[in-house]
Amino acid sequence: MGGWAIAVHGGAGVDPNLPLERQEEAKQLLTRVLNLGISALRSNLSAIDVVELVVRELETDPLFNSGRGSALTEKGTVEMEASIMDGPKRRCGAVSGLTTVKNPVSLARLVMEKSPHSYLAFDGAENFARQQGVEVVDNEYFITPDNVGMLKLAKEANTILFDYRIPTSGYETCGQGVESPMKMNGLPMSIYAPETVGCVVVDREGRCAAATSTGGLMNKMIGRIGDSPLIGAGTYACNLCGVSCTGEGEAIIRGTLAREVSAVMEYKGLGLQEAVDFVIKHRLDEGYAGLIAVSNKGEVAYGFNCNGMFRGCASEDGFMEVGIWE
Amino acid sequence: MVGWAIAVHGGAGVDPNLPPRRQEEAKQLLTHCLNLGISALSSNASAVDVVELVVRQLESNPLFNSGRGSALTAKGTVEMEASIMDGAKRRCGAVSGLSTVKNPVSLARLVMEKSPHSYLAFSGAEEFARQQGVEVENNEYFITPDNVGMLKLAKEANTIMFDYRIPIAGYEKCIGFESPVKMNGLPISIYAPETVGCVVVDSEGRCAAATSTGGLMNKMSGRIGDSPLIGAGTYACEVCGVSCTGEGEAIIRGTLAREVAAVMEYKGLRLQEAVDFVIKHRLDEGFAGLIAVSNKGEVAYGFNCNGMFRGCATEDGFMEVEIWE
Repeated sequence: MGGWAIAVHGGAGVDPNLPLERQEEAKQLLTRVLNLGISALRSNLSAIDVVELVVRELETDPLFNSGRGSALTEKGTVEMEASIMDGPKRRCGAVSGLTTVKNPVSLARLVMEKSPHSYLAFDGAENFARQQGVEVVDNEYFITPDNVGMLKLAKEANTILFDYRIPTSGYETCGQGVESPMKMNGLPMSIYAPETVGCVVVDREGRCAAATSTGGLMNKMIGRIGDSPLIGAGTYACNLCGVSCTGEGEAIIRGTLAREVSAVMEYKGLGLQEAVDFVIKHRLDEGYAGLIAVSNKGEVAYGFNCNGMFRGCASEDGFMEVGIWE
Repeated sequence: MVGWAIAVHGGAGVDPNLPPRRQEEAKQLLTHCLNLGISALSSNASAVDVVELVVRQLESNPLFNSGRGSALTAKGTVEMEASIMDGAKRRCGAVSGLSTVKNPVSLARLVMEKSPHSYLAFSGAEEFARQQGVEVENNEYFITPDNVGMLKLAKEANTIMFDYRIPIAGYEKCIGFESPVKMNGLPISIYAPETVGCVVVDSEGRCAAATSTGGLMNKMSGRIGDSPLIGAGTYACEVCGVSCTGEGEAIIRGTLAREVAAVMEYKGLRLQEAVDFVIKHRLDEGFAGLIAVSNKGEVAYGFNCNGMFRGCATEDGFMEVEIWE
């Protein structure tokens, strides 16, 4: 047995000008949830239970972009999505378009275990939530003043940058607050960093699991689905490893990023860190993303090709690290 | 320059007792769509244009489970989904939860080309459809009497077999269940997947794939299957184009479409070997099938269930339309 290992993330792509106080808050939250997971692992909880428990905590905290504190749609509302995957039999569950469910990752787990399907969305998912009796709240609960402000800036920026696939000049003349020249998903980093959350775990029995949760892209169109609820893109777990990704949704989807890590381990015989590095280097083209991963051997790894990723890792041998930058 | 190749499918998992007349109708439709695609390829249309054109045709025809003729939700309504992928730069577009859009695959293409996103669903997708001015119909347009009857049988069957992951005794006593073959928890005589798809490699060696479906008969409203999920039901890249059909869960957890390309890239397998490998090793207890083309002008298909409605053709004159092994 390789011992347990755990990693959490709060999004890849971080504003280089992020105030120190905000950096500290983030690191404290990552440390806290990591410790929650470690404690559960020491009590012999299974990987799938630990990833759910940790992601619930991240959803409940308004700091990152999931559950409370989610990014806002163009209409100023919140639409949340999540997925969870249990490595041993590759069972999975996913949800999209949630507006009242307090913990999307838990509903994803219920889809996996209590429904005949793998993925439920929008009204159908909300109905299922009520049938299952999960905790629901008004949409306003999820909306924070910070994000209301960000949405406003995003709308101003977007009148210039609507289609991020086409390079556009002129954003430098945009109004206040657009100081960072770095862009992800078409928006300047000072306005919007992905901040999707995720957790991957391998427990003492060598079982891997992964979960990812998000409010999605700031100022997104209603009904937009990103990579986080898509098995093989934002989340993947199998016998060998567990992976959770974050960053530019399109890049992660077209790169089938999460599945890719395990595919190169299986088909090219790469070790975990090599696989993570390979995928970040070769599967992203012009896209920006990051990911965390664990292997059934008790290893933990992460990688990203953008400016920073909020993350924390720990393994049973006592290793622990919480970081933001390279 | 390679020769072009094209394959179409109308679903994997076919009732062994399917009446010959229905088998003929299916083969005629597949032949008709194949010829449409061949004609476009002979006029040098690009792979992504051809897959869209062929899948539109399949959606408009009520025979299979996409567009008009879609399977019904538990509420008796239609919720359609589709995805399309252009191999050249691995661009993709997907839609789910459509209830009025006449051609879901075309909306998926518009998502890919005219929206800043990759996947739109439910009311957001419907809104986008109106902004784009695509053709829309009342939900009733998509509902056929055949499927209304099937839904009724499915509901009767499901009071016995709600969770298909747990084997349940007793369904043999239910009326009308002559076929012991089951997929997605329902006897094949009631419901066969009949998702549609098309994969093409054009004369420039560009691959594309598209898949479209009404989803699972008697599904919960809001249920999303494998067809709109990139890497699961649909995938295209520089080396190949793939479209899958069958048990949604098996295809999702197996990331089936991406897998074909991955074993070609990482294990150096050729197209047919890759298809066989994936069908053999990635499905566990699940049932599914797929069609695929390679940038070398090859076409291949595979399935581990009872039959798959399919047609294939290549520029060198090869053409085949079949249902069974």
